[in-house]
Amino acid sequence: MFDKTLAELAQGLENGDFSSVELTQAYLDRIKAEDGKYNSYITVTDELALEQANAADATRAAGNAGAFTGLPIAHKDIFCTEGVRTSCASKMLDNFISPYNATVVNKFNAAGAVTLGKTNMDEFAMGSSNESSFYGPARNPWDTDCVPGGSSGGSAAAVAALLAPAATGTDTGGSIRQPAALCGITGLKPTYGRVSRFGMIAFASSLDQGGPMTRTAEDAAMMLNVMAGFDPNDSTCMQKDVPDYTADLSKPLAGLKIGLPKEFFPDDLSPAIAQQVQAAIKEYEALGATVKEVSLPNTGLAIPAYYIIAPSEASSNLSRFDGVRYGYRCESPVDLEDLYKRSRGEGFGPEVKRRIMVGAYALSEGFYDAYYKKAQQIRRLIKQDYVNALNEVDVIMGPTTPHPAFKLGEKTSDPVAMYMEDIFTISLNLAGMPGISIPCGQTEGLPVGLQIIGNYFAEQKLLNVAHQFQQATDWHKQAPQGI
Amino acid sequence: MEWEAVIGLEIHAQLATKSKIFSGASTAFGAEPNTQACAVDLALPGTLPVFNEEALRMAVKFGLAIDAEIGRTSVFDRKNYFYPDLPKGYQTSQLFHPIVGIGHIDITLEDGTSKRIGVTRAHLEEDAGKSLHDEFPGMTGIDLNRAGTPLLEIVSEPDMRTAEEAVAYVRKIHALVTSLGICDGNMAEGSFRCDCNVSVRPKGQEEFGTRTETKNINSFRFIEKAIVGEIERQIDLIEDGGRVIQATRLYDANKNETRSMRSKEEANDYRYFPCPDLLPIVIDEDYIDAVRDSLPELPDARKARFIEEYKLSDYDAMVLSGDHNLATYFEIVAKAANDAKMAANWVMGELSKHLNQNDTTIANSPVSAEQLGGLVERIKDNTISGKIAKQVFEVMWAEGGSADEIIEAKGLKQVTDTGAIESIVDEVISKADKQVAQYKAAEPDKRGKMLGFFMGQVMKATGGKANPGAVNGILKKKLDALCD
Repeated sequence: MFDKTLAELAQGLENGDFSSVELTQAYLDRIKAEDGKYNSYITVTDELALEQANAADATRAAGNAGAFTGLPIAHKDIFCTEGVRTSCASKMLDNFISPYNATVVNKFNAAGAVTLGKTNMDEFAMGSSNESSFYGPARNPWDTDCVPGGSSGGSAAAVAALLAPAATGTDTGGSIRQPAALCGITGLKPTYGRVSRFGMIAFASSLDQGGPMTRTAEDAAMMLNVMAGFDPNDSTCMQKDVPDYTADLSKPLAGLKIGLPKEFFPDDLSPAIAQQVQAAIKEYEALGATVKEVSLPNTGLAIPAYYIIAPSEASSNLSRFDGVRYGYRCESPVDLEDLYKRSRGEGFGPEVKRRIMVGAYALSEGFYDAYYKKAQQIRRLIKQDYVNALNEVDVIMGPTTPHPAFKLGEKTSDPVAMYMEDIFTISLNLAGMPGISIPCGQTEGLPVGLQIIGNYFAEQKLLNVAHQFQQATDWHKQAPQGI
Repeated sequence: MEWEAVIGLEIHAQLATKSKIFSGASTAFGAEPNTQACAVDLALPGTLPVFNEEALRMAVKFGLAIDAEIGRTSVFDRKNYFYPDLPKGYQTSQLFHPIVGIGHIDITLEDGTSKRIGVTRAHLEEDAGKSLHDEFPGMTGIDLNRAGTPLLEIVSEPDMRTAEEAVAYVRKIHALVTSLGICDGNMAEGSFRCDCNVSVRPKGQEEFGTRTETKNINSFRFIEKAIVGEIERQIDLIEDGGRVIQATRLYDANKNETRSMRSKEEANDYRYFPCPDLLPIVIDEDYIDAVRDSLPELPDARKARFIEEYKLSDYDAMVLSGDHNLATYFEIVAKAANDAKMAANWVMGELSKHLNQNDTTIANSPVSAEQLGGLVERIKDNTISGKIAKQVFEVMWAEGGSADEIIEAKGLKQVTDTGAIESIVDEVISKADKQVAQYKAAEPDKRGKMLGFFMGQVMKATGGKANPGAVNGILKKKLDALCD
């Protein structure tokens, strides 16, 4: 049962092969038995899950079941869930029981989904390895000595370890795509504004975007059907019709024009990664696509620009965590300043503090023009690079990450090395365009991800391109040893 | 040395929207603490702002009323600082691209001269909550009901030179925002508050002196006192060889003095940047035209109309049009009484006196315009005299009721019945032999002056209710008959 995709599980529920309660209970039992190895969940919501599963079975019995009724999923612990701890993997919110649901959570609940629990992540989504979690790192199911990637590392690990058929994630600089690549699953970052950010705890508001993390592109399409759409509670959410993302999956790829940016294949790219990605491109050519070199000349500026913009926004977004209304408060503050300093000093981990400091500095008087304003100018150049390239081709492809999963602790002492892991994913958040990572090979037993990038609101195209690859290959069906 | 003050003002006007600027919570004043603060106002994790378009419409109204540039694209910025009544840790405001650009208003001073005061800008922002320090010993309570109430911050040019000019400017802005219906103008509840930037310089000097900012003054009187006091303080300081330190000061109404809150060195670096949760507000000519078409009559036009339509003096028209509620009140009284001059006298006289004595505003007047109109009408139709009317007004103020009810209940109706007056006159004459004799003895052209005594007696006998004109005529007729 656990090797089934969402689409197959939906069929099983429909056929009456098993009930949602049976399915849910099986996953809960498996999580209890296996998650000690992966630490992919922060909170398992047994009671809520079974309650929802019961309701879903009743809905089905009444003949009112929809495509998602009774399907269990996990939510990244950045999405607010009513009555359930929503920690953002931070000591700061360890005691925070959200009184409301994120729009994404509401949409899944309304669709009849079952919430298995809340997945591990980097603290406040700041990290590329899941090592900044207050609850300890999640581990890569392919090699538990390796990181699952981040920040949505728990979601990726849970899906890869078959502890959830699918999970939500968020992507600010690669936080869906990079862990998807490192754990050998499918992860889609939609166009900025496609999925509501309301109730998704903000890291960098102009870059954050929620999306699905699944085993197949078809499952990602099913998830996006639920997640996408306008939300009056989010002013940056686009008022644009939501197509059926599963509708175009089977379209043949003959005539597809693929752009390969030379900047995504630098000399120091891991040869094994380059080789796997090239093999995937060959597969696409076999499916009728043509390939062309394109250029994204400002790619090299993406990381510095990102590490001004994201921390600047974060420094402001995280100001609300002040020990006054909710969340962590230090013991016996002597005065207001002490309350602020110690609550924040003790409540935030080192990576979060580092980014708040960088952001506060970049925005400070006298530096704003040199840093924040300049970074925004670079952002426009990067966006223009993508627009230009996508005038020439339908999709852009390249590796999702420069390396496969690395060992726990390997990069924790070198933040810049850690930041460089996002070199191929970060520029897309700056541009606001959608991208998907799918497994396209392995090196030394670890998965390799292929990133496919499309124009604004071209999710349907990306899912079609990804799905066709998965029809022709079976990398997405590979499971880690022992699972 | 002769000194000159330079004054610039920042006025915070709470916009009269039903809900908050970025959330659906109510803005009503006076609710139990934190009952009008929703998840967005509490800045719960994950919440996002959604702009209330009504606040935009109101800001544009104001911009048009002061003949200002309207920002076709305005942008919300975050002003970052930590304070317990600021739940997000930043205030959403507009620094770089405000909704209202450069404009101006004209003020009229006591001596009748007028002066143009520049408005640098007006921008939208959210109000903070309130810290309650007295309710909980050793602790501070936070009430976030006010957090997120829309504010229009109106920033003047440093064009004012005296406290009188400053107060005239504030009154004019107050009249504008209340006439526009975009602010209730209630200063006691903090709906309309003022920060005063004051500096002094030797008269004739071009460059400005170092300024101080006195924050959150919430009455016209305190604004005047605070500015006068601050000007004196600065002049004394400089003349004693000291220098003014740039600082934020607080006005203490009880002591009538300002004191330093924080110096420039302690000032925050607000780390302003565009709020990424809100899109720029883009408006076009059609929008602006529609708002322009919806503008009500403004104070200057109203003053002109009062002179034209009601034949009021320039001064009366200025006073009555200078406050939106007063003007509205006056017009109701004038229409009910069908006598604008008498209505104006009563509104500016008896009513204003009572409002001042009781330290209340016209919005909270216990006597409604309809009530006062009814009273003035009874003076006009001779039911009561002006003197009796003041008695009726006292009752109205203290106990309520219409003029007719009070006149009836207290038996204050003027006696105009000639028969009734004649019999009282006869009685008065019969009991005043000495005065009648004097009257008879007097030269005919001196007799008029001697009527006063008899008038007084008749009024005393009727409790002041006899119609003075009728009494006068009857007395003269009867006394003169005795002389023949």
